Amino acid sequence: MTGLDCDEFVELVTRYLDGRLDRETERRFTEHMAQCDGCDRYLDQFRQTISVLGELPAESLSAEARDRLLSAFRNWRRP
Amino acid sequence: MDGDVNARSGALPLEATVLARLRAGDESMFARVLEAWAGGMLRLARAHVSTDASAEDVVQDTWLAVIKGLDRFEGRSSLKTWVYRILVNTAKNRGARESRTISWDSLAAAQEDAAPTVDPSRFQGRDDRLPGHWREPPPAWPSAESQVVAAEVRAHVEAALRELPYRQRAVITLRDVEGYGAEEVCSVLGISAGNQRVLLHRARAAVRARLAEYFAGAAACETGAVG
Repeated sequence: MTGLDCDEFVELVTRYLDGRLDRETERRFTEHMAQCDGCDRYLDQFRQTISVLGELPAESLSAEARDRLLSAFRNWRRP
Repeated sequence: MDGDVNARSGALPLEATVLARLRAGDESMFARVLEAWAGGMLRLARAHVSTDASAEDVVQDTWLAVIKGLDRFEGRSSLKTWVYRILVNTAKNRGARESRTISWDSLAAAQEDAAPTVDPSRFQGRDDRLPGHWREPPPAWPSAESQVVAAEVRAHVEAALRELPYRQRAVITLRDVEGYGAEEVCSVLGISAGNQRVLLHRARAAVRARLAEYFAGAAACETGAVG
């Protein structure tokens, strides 16, 4: 095995981003990326996807649920 | 009103401080912890149950269990991991009651995990010039220059999350939406490092594919409008 094919590259992206490829596979991965615009773009789109996921707005409990829990805490901790 | 600012930004003091103050019955600290963690907990609960109302029930039941169990918490994991584990168990029980199949280790799941994450027809076949290489490289995405586009992109990502199988949804929610490390995710969900990575990769690939579809559709619309 020398080079990677694109269909192999796309399955290694998360392991690459987690720094979990062995040294030889990482070398093949980065070599392929340097030569293949399609895979370079795929990796970039993967990164963009991850960054959008990290920017999703925070959710919050309804005011009723929050009040119920606060009063449960109050009653339990100060019997 | 320092406390209010902190509560909104979600920044909590060191865990030992948090724990001591909760055990001492400090209600403002409890409010801050709720504020900081409830959003992520709601998202994770939603991976297991079918409605927003059920998800909120799961989060409430979890906190009630946490309040009762605070004195028994032994600190073998972080407080947050412990809370999240209680959440996962509560959500799984609830999901089972709603008859959603909760099988983290089934054969079907293993087969699902082994399939390619990119449609094989996107790559050249064995008889083509470069087998395994892109037929057409993935089309470029526009940069999200306007607020409207950014909001649409987020809406599509949310929709893609909702459509994921729950195991993938749980992992990607914790890792990418809530920003947990791989080890913490394994510990909360009780899965192996390898399994965690496979599920995360599949989930990310599915969300990316959904965005690619959206951008391709948007590009087609634009071309149509001009031509």
